[in-house]
Amino acid sequence: MKYNPYQSEKIAFRLLFFATVLVILPVILIVFIIIQKGISAISWEFLSTMPKMGMREGGIFPAILGTVYLVTGTLIFALPLGVLSAIYLTEYAKDNLLTRLVKLAIINLAGVPSVVYGLFGLGIFVMFFKFGASILAGSLTLAIMVVPIIITTSKEALDSVPRSFREVSLSLGASKWQTIRYSVLPHALPGILTGIILAISRAAGETAPILFTVAAFFIPKLPQSIFDQVMALPYHLYVMSTQVPNVAENIRYGTALVLLVMVLSMNFIAIIVRSKFRKKKKW
Amino acid sequence: MVDQNLKIKAENLSIWFDKIHSLKSVNMEVFSNEILGVIGPANSGKSTFLRSLNRLNDLDPKFKIQGHISIEGKDIYRDIEAGHLRKRVGMVFALPIPLPLSIFENVVYGPRRHGIKDKKRLENIVETTLKEAYLWDEVKDRLNNPGMSLSGGQQQRLCLARTLAVEPDIILYDEPCSGLDPISTAKIEEAMLKFKQKYTQILVTNNTKQAARVSDRTAFFLMGELIEVDKTQKIFTNPAHPKTNDYISGRFG
Repeated sequence: MKYNPYQSEKIAFRLLFFATVLVILPVILIVFIIIQKGISAISWEFLSTMPKMGMREGGIFPAILGTVYLVTGTLIFALPLGVLSAIYLTEYAKDNLLTRLVKLAIINLAGVPSVVYGLFGLGIFVMFFKFGASILAGSLTLAIMVVPIIITTSKEALDSVPRSFREVSLSLGASKWQTIRYSVLPHALPGILTGIILAISRAAGETAPILFTVAAFFIPKLPQSIFDQVMALPYHLYVMSTQVPNVAENIRYGTALVLLVMVLSMNFIAIIVRSKFRKKKKW
Repeated sequence: MVDQNLKIKAENLSIWFDKIHSLKSVNMEVFSNEILGVIGPANSGKSTFLRSLNRLNDLDPKFKIQGHISIEGKDIYRDIEAGHLRKRVGMVFALPIPLPLSIFENVVYGPRRHGIKDKKRLENIVETTLKEAYLWDEVKDRLNNPGMSLSGGQQQRLCLARTLAVEPDIILYDEPCSGLDPISTAKIEEAMLKFKQKYTQILVTNNTKQAARVSDRTAFFLMGELIEVDKTQKIFTNPAHPKTNDYISGRFG
């Protein structure tokens, strides 16, 4: 048979298209199955009451609350640390060995498996600093995990602000900090916000880092201080699926659904913020 | 006639970016209230010279400088803080760069950073400077519109007004009309001629005719060297150096 470039191009296109479709298939399937099996468990009572009968009945309120506490705690530590160091790295740092080492460390930090963070948190925060398994230790561990995300996205957002804005501001006699504060940060803010939201959804969904540092199997009362343990959605899901016999399927999938909705809606907000920003951007 | 008060003095000024020698021991004097035109082909060092006068080159980490620049006898690298220097030495860039703010906020960006908060005073600044830049009549009813909504020529006059708002006494123009139509160019030039009463101005331009039209003296740069500087009329009719003659008659560059 004669070689026909148009024919082989057609085949290649189909192959590429097929690969692309394969990418979205698992996502659709996961969402579909979880909704189908879990939607029947969702009720106001499920979301707002304590578990009963060894978690086989009742709600998942303490796990939701625990996840909210952990995310809040994570942000309190990771947000200033991440954004401020991103500002330093893009605006102030000279390109020397130390800066390059820091940048390399950030990239590597982003690639560390999350269970390693968990072990690190156990060693440093739980044992060395004697915080015990607590909201504080868990939040700090999660914070170290998401700081690279915040730094990387913030750095990108700051870099995307045109250099000319900085030059104009400086040429008008503004100080370096005034330039950052009034001519750079306002235009980088949506990008930074996107990074923060992605960090939130990552912190909400991870199990391994909280496994040794904060998550409790079951606590009959809500946490009273930052030194208390809490239940958290991802760990609760793991417990109900593997450690407790005879949990109704719809409760397990219902819990997964709640977690999924929380994380996906965060990502969705990030997408909206980003696209709004792109439309507004005129330079 | 040009007032002979010395305003800016550059002595043995050499500038490098890494290993690239961009400016080679330039000696230059600029007098109060004159317009100094600076011409020369691309990469001749004319923009580098201009940007050294308000220390904007400092932003480049590869930048190295030797020699002295002084304004009214004060060394701009030793006796004056960079922020104060830039407040005195305004700059209009090649492309109009309005910040993504309203027209009003663009003009008061400088004054606000220097601590002026009074609304009446800011409004006054906006009206005076926009009038000086020949823009007031075109925008007075829409000061809250974004600066980027203006046409290119209007944007450049907005940038001029913004520069005037910090009350400099020296204004640097870095090819201010390179992207503008002839009418907008004429308006900027008209403003420049009027400003001679108040400001000392240095105009870097790729348009030799523009230098001939507005400047009192003209300097010719080539490959980082100042070839000659003299009265504009002399440069354009009877230059001392043959290379200057070649350039202005369009034989290269």
